[in-house]
Amino acid sequence: MRAAIRVASLLSLIFTSGQALAGYQMNLSPGVTTFSQGAYEIHTLVLWICVVIGTVVFGAMIYSIITHRKSKGAVAATFDDNTTIEIVWTVVPFIILIAMAIPATRVLLAMEDVSNSDMSIKITGYQWKWHYDYNVGEKAEDISFFSNISTPDARSLATSMNVVKDENYLLDVDNRMVVPVNKKVRLLFTSSDVIHAWWVPAFGVKKDTIPGFINESWINVPEPGVYRGKCAELCGTNHGFMPVVVEAKSEEDYAAWVASQKTAAADVAASANKTWTKDELMAKGKTAYATNCAACHQANGEGLAGVFPGLKGSAIAIGDIARHIDVVIHGVSGTAMAAYAGQMNDVDLAAVITYERNAWGNNAGDMVQPSDIKAAR
Amino acid sequence: MNPNTSGEIDNKKIITRLLFAVVAMFGFGFALVPLYDVFCDITGINGKTGDQITLSETMKVDTSREIKVEFVASLNAEMPWEFRPVQKSVRVHPGEPTRIDYVAINKTDNRIIGQAVPSVAPGLAAQYFQKTECFCFTEQILEAKEQKIMPVIFVVDPGISEDINEITLSYTFFIKPGSEVISENVQEPPKTHYNN
Amino acid sequence: MSAVIEAHDHHDHKPTGIGRWLFSTNHKDIGTMYLWFSFIMFFIGGAMALVIRAELFQPGLQFVEPEFFNQMTTLHGLIMVFGVIMPGFVGLANWMVPMMIGAPDMALPRMNNWSFWLLPGAFGILIASLVMSMMGMGSAPNFGWTFYAPLSTTYGPDSTDYFIFSVHMMGLSSIMGAINIIATIMNLRAPGMTYMKMPIFVWTWFITAYLLIAVMPVLAGVVTMMLTDRNFGTSFFDAAGGGDPVLFQHIFWFFGHPEVYIMILPAFGVISQIVPTFARKKIFGYSSMVYATASIAFLSFIVWAHHMFTTGMPVEAELFFMYATMLIAIPTGVKVFNWVSTMWRGSMTFETPMLFAIAFIFLFTIGGFTGLMMCITPADFQYHDTYFIVAHFHYVLATGAAFSIMAAVYFWLPKWTGNMYDETLGKIHFWLTTISANVLFFPMHFVGLAGMPRRIPDYSLQFAEFNQMASVGAFIFGFSQLIFLYVVIKCIRGGEKATEQVWEGADGLEWTLPSPPPFHSFTTPPQVK
Repeated sequence: MRAAIRVASLLSLIFTSGQALAGYQMNLSPGVTTFSQGAYEIHTLVLWICVVIGTVVFGAMIYSIITHRKSKGAVAATFDDNTTIEIVWTVVPFIILIAMAIPATRVLLAMEDVSNSDMSIKITGYQWKWHYDYNVGEKAEDISFFSNISTPDARSLATSMNVVKDENYLLDVDNRMVVPVNKKVRLLFTSSDVIHAWWVPAFGVKKDTIPGFINESWINVPEPGVYRGKCAELCGTNHGFMPVVVEAKSEEDYAAWVASQKTAAADVAASANKTWTKDELMAKGKTAYATNCAACHQANGEGLAGVFPGLKGSAIAIGDIARHIDVVIHGVSGTAMAAYAGQMNDVDLAAVITYERNAWGNNAGDMVQPSDIKAAR
Repeated sequence: MNPNTSGEIDNKKIITRLLFAVVAMFGFGFALVPLYDVFCDITGINGKTGDQITLSETMKVDTSREIKVEFVASLNAEMPWEFRPVQKSVRVHPGEPTRIDYVAINKTDNRIIGQAVPSVAPGLAAQYFQKTECFCFTEQILEAKEQKIMPVIFVVDPGISEDINEITLSYTFFIKPGSEVISENVQEPPKTHYNN
Repeated sequence: MSAVIEAHDHHDHKPTGIGRWLFSTNHKDIGTMYLWFSFIMFFIGGAMALVIRAELFQPGLQFVEPEFFNQMTTLHGLIMVFGVIMPGFVGLANWMVPMMIGAPDMALPRMNNWSFWLLPGAFGILIASLVMSMMGMGSAPNFGWTFYAPLSTTYGPDSTDYFIFSVHMMGLSSIMGAINIIATIMNLRAPGMTYMKMPIFVWTWFITAYLLIAVMPVLAGVVTMMLTDRNFGTSFFDAAGGGDPVLFQHIFWFFGHPEVYIMILPAFGVISQIVPTFARKKIFGYSSMVYATASIAFLSFIVWAHHMFTTGMPVEAELFFMYATMLIAIPTGVKVFNWVSTMWRGSMTFETPMLFAIAFIFLFTIGGFTGLMMCITPADFQYHDTYFIVAHFHYVLATGAAFSIMAAVYFWLPKWTGNMYDETLGKIHFWLTTISANVLFFPMHFVGLAGMPRRIPDYSLQFAEFNQMASVGAFIFGFSQLIFLYVVIKCIRGGEKATEQVWEGADGLEWTLPSPPPFHSFTTPPQVK
């Protein structure tokens, strides 16, 4: 049985040394919520049961391989049946399975209890960004925003190398979802196009967002902090570039954040009423384009041959301005071009359209003001 | 039995039976569609709600319980309308018919046909969430620049589990499949002035 | 006259030239074609895997656009599942089932020809869409091998319709193959070969064929629904018209889970032939092996929704599918215990087929353990759609199903060709493959648990080390298969002559035929005691 012990110690070394090896993680993280800790506990339990069974089975196999070999003069036995032992190894696993099922059931039932929440947030998946809407339910706040990857250049072969790769590479967004700590926050999930999955490992929550349907889950984050995750269901070209970032704030900080969001919204509304210079529009348009449009049309405006049309020199981008505005804000039915009226504000839309008409050698020369967008909506 | 003597007749029988099984399983794939709907009605997968009901006289209002109902509105990616619930939430007693309103605005210059898809969370509440009137029962047509108030009258069946005290009603508006944006002036985009 | 006999009359002498292959009704020739087809697809699908692993060697995009990366993961999955594992096993069945049951050929030889020749068409279409995509003409299928709606319906590229056609052809091919195998096993067993005397490989294929009959039509149904949704205005999966995208997943996995067992049951059969041969001892618990196979097949129909725990099912359904899935561990465990007991107190030698079989038992069991872990619903919320899943199904399918096919090829190659393969090269192939497969797939467990989603072309820095390791393993694994190709070709061309029995411990009708066996295996039925 020396071999079995050796295997056991090797396996336990592999599984326990994870935390000791700095820099990367090898095991599930316990996370911060009761969900993620429940998942971690049951994961650890089942993993160890598997390790023990594996040790016994592999141990027996290795022993047999070493001992019962012809080169050592082993002569084959003639048995090919043993009812007793066969019953044992059918019944014993059954009992082990029951031992696993009981805690698993307990953890699961706790997770699915969504009642008595303190507030609700609606999370909508878009190709390829998240939308967070706080304007839901009794505690509704007039806050809603899109959350895009903070490094849109990472999404294309041509620009990927320009992106600084730090510890939060592909895990950072422009607008974080913010929640107060120690509140039961109900999360409602839906999608605007295909199925996505919203996942934050530290919360143990992974839920599909399904177009037309609503799913729910909840979180209650015990401590302030920033929690990161990703989209976990293949949702098209830029599936890999849809990070989720949730910031949990203390109650006071959360209230301050709510106030600041409202001020910011008012500022945006005000800026839509002023007349912008072309340089301002082009500067703003470049950023807005990178965030909202480059995923398909590419940063260089050339699109992807046969998949997404280019804008460089395209009839729409240098042609009739009204048609251009119409396409951007109302989308093109039956294609991947979504209606951006609900996804971007007047200033950003004006800036993006101006940028598209004057970048990469496009020489329409004209520009669009936020007021034009307002009129065209 | 000497299997080697069984030849063609047996083969034909086997092929016929197996082909029948193949056709039956192909049919079963399609039968899963209605079966799934039945299954959804029972278990509330995806929070699908039922068809229009007429209120039965026997339904008693259970004033001992109060359920919080929240309303959310979503738009599919291609849908250019604006759409929101007028009330964000209400508290109701089970058995008590309640009217709330959604509002949809077609800000475009085109006539657009939309179809709202309802969904209820938690899924187990779906079969107890009954609607006597809903804009989701039929498709909705909004003319250019039209704004429309769309009422929903619902009642939560008192049979609903005691564990459920919060329900979310969600609608997502889709452009009706196959209905392109219909408009005479689709060729002629809206007049706006530009700063050149 | 019966179709069988007619065919025999027609092919009484061995045909030559291209016609021998195009119009072949001979189980050995068709088996050979299936196996070569599977081998070629293995290299094509493997090349795609190497594109994936090259891109994932380090963070950042280096070689391909995310759009192309998605096409690679999709086609790699489709080709490996439908183009490598399934035809590989059908090829083995074609060669071995008639010989193992003492039959002259398959029961339906012309249908056999048809079911093979549909495959090059099906995969030709699929690969053509990729070639067109590389030439800038639209996108190849890019929605993953599971092609979830609406990503594959409303949002699918134009090539989706060709993909649907291709899947229909593959399904037709599999169904015909399955009918043929069932008819052969039911009708052409030698006198005295009762069901409970059939070799385990025949048994596992018998059950697999029924699984194919049961679920391939469901796959055909679901792609037909996709087709009408995309082109004829139905709304099976489109919420706008009253459909439901989650319904797609239910129907797909109703096919998909039994499909998983379609790919592993014949592997169990292969291992159950090889282990007794090299342990020089009869298989332990023959009847419990048969019953375990049947119960796995039965259970495979009631566990499908464990692929869908995150779609938001009611908790009762989650519990049901969790418990049902756990049950599968029992018959699977019985199989592993039986193999170990067969080895126990045997007189083992370790030729290449035995090495692959032992590696199969180890590595498949590891895949089984992770499978058990992910049936636990609350934990699966964390594992779902991460590299932990990728690691799991590669342990089951690559080091499981694919290893068993390699083991089978080494095991039966001397019988097929009449020549012994090069044992030294075989062992080098084995050790390189096994070590590199673990370097490739084991680190995927770690990145998966640490939170790396599957099907992403780029990842965060904390996953870099293990991805690098996996990529190194992938390239060694991939290029080691060239040794395999060389061994096979070398063996076909010549070598030490194989005896009838080939292996000292070999037992069964196939080993009573000369090596290579005559064109028609048993023209007079052997008598089974």
